[in-house]
Amino acid sequence: MTDGVQRAAELAARASYGRLVAYLARRARDVAAAEDALGDAFVAALAAWPRDGVPDRPEAWLLAAARRRLLDAARHGAVRARAQPALEAMVDEARGPAAAADFPDERLALLFVCAHPAIDEGVRTPLMLQTVLGLDAARIGAAFLVPPATMGQRLVRAKIKIRDAGVRFEIPDRDELGPRLGAVLEAIYAAYGSGWEDVTGADTRPRGLAEEALWLGRLVVRLLPDEPEGLGLLALMLHCEARREARRDAAGAYVALGDQDPIRWSRPMLDEAERALLDAARADRPGRFQLEAAVQSAHARRAVTGRTDWSAITLLYEGLMRIAPTVGAAVAQSAAIAEAAGPADGLAALERVAADAVDRYQPYWAVRAHLLGALRRGDEARQAYARAISLSEDPAVRAYLAGRQQSLRF
Amino acid sequence: MKYTILVYETAHDIGARTDERRQPAYWGAYKAYTEALQKAGVMVGGSGLQPPSVGTTLRQRDGKRQVQDGPYADTKEQLGGYYEIEVPDLDTALDWAARCPAASTGAVEVRPNLVM
Repeated sequence: MTDGVQRAAELAARASYGRLVAYLARRARDVAAAEDALGDAFVAALAAWPRDGVPDRPEAWLLAAARRRLLDAARHGAVRARAQPALEAMVDEARGPAAAADFPDERLALLFVCAHPAIDEGVRTPLMLQTVLGLDAARIGAAFLVPPATMGQRLVRAKIKIRDAGVRFEIPDRDELGPRLGAVLEAIYAAYGSGWEDVTGADTRPRGLAEEALWLGRLVVRLLPDEPEGLGLLALMLHCEARREARRDAAGAYVALGDQDPIRWSRPMLDEAERALLDAARADRPGRFQLEAAVQSAHARRAVTGRTDWSAITLLYEGLMRIAPTVGAAVAQSAAIAEAAGPADGLAALERVAADAVDRYQPYWAVRAHLLGALRRGDEARQAYARAISLSEDPAVRAYLAGRQQSLRF
Repeated sequence: MKYTILVYETAHDIGARTDERRQPAYWGAYKAYTEALQKAGVMVGGSGLQPPSVGTTLRQRDGKRQVQDGPYADTKEQLGGYYEIEVPDLDTALDWAARCPAASTGAVEVRPNLVM
């Protein structure tokens, strides 16, 4: 099988996996029981399909098998008794006219369960990746730099909490949707894992989950097409993803955004990003992700105009700091001010960021080193570069920063 | 599902119970909250508790009884009472907990009851 075909098969399996888990989990009121039942159904399929042939509707077959497993578990008390009526109703649904061919897509409710405020923030993203996409604990652990066993335990604990605390499997009401959606989007963005990208070699976290995050982002947009922040997040991730190739030169060395050749940016991704951002703007409800995407969109304009409009970017960061002030935004804003108004102004802005918040924050030290170098404060710049290098996870970024450090002539 | 709402109050709030000036507001708020729970048909039980200074802590160790004045831990917020409610899910329980007077000054904890 070629990579493309395999990828397509994986994505198709992924789509039905999440839909099946969501449907079963909602009725069992238990994510772990739903996953177990579906796992058993997959095992049964591996035995039955080679023998009897692949069924016309594999999803319906899997659903029927998983449903039987869940009902068995309920009868044996492994699934809580209060879920029994919902499980019986599921069997009735299966006999109904719609049957299992087009069972409802309840992944949105599952996303909201994963990002529920009662669930520890640190486990929300892993939980989504596992329940909606079917990734295993080892793969998730590797992306988050956590041993597989530890990640496995955290996921188990979170699922017990969902079951025992009785978390509701519903899409929140209109007045609660905004903040709850924010948590869902944050968790997806954490899977994407991109740091603040700027001209000075700020680290981007190692990641193997960018595609998964994009997939989840597109899913949210499809399920909630009228929510501008979902579109904003998708646009943001697409803009960052469009530059993936350009971020490395032929020798594999890191290339900072300002030095990237726009020819190497992915045109289809940039187009999709711009469309998403435009759709978001129509709702006239700006938000954090839309503003961040707008910053990236302004960078992307260089492909057309040949220059970067730093004063526009500075303004966007000002807006961002008003509605969602974070250390990342403050540091990126300082870098933008430096480009628009000179390194002295940039450094002054940077020094207003709280010192304890930036202690181990790589982008701060990378930007600081860059600005001190521009101000010919060589010794301080060298120290800041050393700090940024020690905080960089990506070897290519370390090499890039070391190169800039060595080129200081003051 | 049955949940218990544990009501943690600050010393200032517990003081309001006997402070002539603040008393009416304090008891009025709890009376209204309790009535709302009853009217909605979700209240199973519950009680206010006397202040921790009146509490007595006991440990049975090696067959010997150790009795000590006051609560086990000296924390900023103290258990001032509890409500037992029956609602469909955690989210409904949290909505009720949010309306408890202590939610805005102290803290409330929502725990599912253990099913025996």
